[in-house]
Amino acid sequence: MSAFSHFSYFVTVFLMVAGLFIVIARGNLIKKLVGLGIFQTSVYLLYIVPGKLVGGTAPILDPAFTRYSNPLPHVLILTAIVVGVATLALGLALVVRIREAYGTIEEDEILAQDGETPNGDGPGA
Amino acid sequence: MKHDLVLRVIAKILIPFILLFAVYVQFHGDYGPGGGFQAGVIVAAGIIFYGIIFGLETTRKVMPSWLVESMLATGVLIYAGVGVAGILLGGNYLDYFVLAADPVAGQHRGIFWVEVGVAVTVAAVMLKIFYMFGGRGQDPE
Amino acid sequence: MAAAVVALARSRNLFAVIVLGGIYSFLMATVLVALDAVDVAMTEASVGAGMSTVLLLAALYLCKGEEAKPVRKPWLSLAAATIVGGVLVYGTLGLPAFSDPGSPIHVHVAPRYLNDALRETGVPNVVTAVLASYRGYDTLGETTVVFTAGAGVIALLRRRRRQAREESAK
Repeated sequence: MSAFSHFSYFVTVFLMVAGLFIVIARGNLIKKLVGLGIFQTSVYLLYIVPGKLVGGTAPILDPAFTRYSNPLPHVLILTAIVVGVATLALGLALVVRIREAYGTIEEDEILAQDGETPNGDGPGA
Repeated sequence: MKHDLVLRVIAKILIPFILLFAVYVQFHGDYGPGGGFQAGVIVAAGIIFYGIIFGLETTRKVMPSWLVESMLATGVLIYAGVGVAGILLGGNYLDYFVLAADPVAGQHRGIFWVEVGVAVTVAAVMLKIFYMFGGRGQDPE
Repeated sequence: MAAAVVALARSRNLFAVIVLGGIYSFLMATVLVALDAVDVAMTEASVGAGMSTVLLLAALYLCKGEEAKPVRKPWLSLAAATIVGGVLVYGTLGLPAFSDPGSPIHVHVAPRYLNDALRETGVPNVVTAVLASYRGYDTLGETTVVFTAGAGVIALLRRRRRQAREESAK
């Protein structure tokens, strides 16, 4: 059945779209970062699901098993997870600085404050 | 005060096991799931746990900022150093085969040091970021 | 996981958002174990559910806010997201079916890693062998990225402390 064999992709796409929606539709900066994290985890699923072989096991070589799931996506995603948390940390540091500079972390209010100063300096720089 | 007491006792019991588990994950990464990244994050999580319970100042006395910052750079330097060692011993950059008499033992040694470097850097970064965020909130506005 | 994500999108209390994110990460780690990705699951559980939650809570403590009520209903964003989702689903129909041993990802390099890793490196965990030995350059780059993130956070958040110290010393 074609729907069942591609079900995992539907889940991945749903999570990806949900993360994307949170990033573009919500104004709070911290929530946007959480949405970005959800987007990233959906991409991890996208890479790891095709590597799985039914009846296989984790790719740790052992004489008792002959069939292993593909180790290559695991390596790539391991790197991606750590880079993702590094990005999150930098993004949060920026959010903290924005909060100190503008007094708010809502996107609408930040843009409104930027619009009030036509020379674009930002309040109290 | 009662809550503080329970947390402090539990923390004193748990943190050595957390750090020991991190060391286990680091060195057992060759034979089971694990490796440098996981071990580094677990070490950082243990020390952050200590910092949350006992306060940031006490944690800074145990792991001072200059130590964490030098660990940050040392990890990357260890990794790059393994590569340079490969060149010095006659092979290519990051070539593990020349690191020991037997190529497979050379691979073992290379992988061991590389994972140590990764764990040191990851632990230091996570801890430093926690210090930065935690120290920021105590500043007078 | 879908329920956690929908609740996260609708919730306005930021603390609830962060906790739901942690729940989502733990559920993702469980799914990853079911997909035989044990290394990735351990990393996702410790980094995604542990570290990210700690960092988000620390940032929330520094920012102290609730999400404001959105001014207008996000119909345009919802429509755009749904259209993107539809295009992506159409794209994934061309991808190989779940657990297909003949798909290209299983045919080229992976069998070589699985067959030769023990003989060439002496390390049974193929993921560690590939990460540290076969693809060592990538891991060097990643360690540098983590270092750069730490340095970036230091650069962003350090200056004010020195200013505060200088002001208090005057």
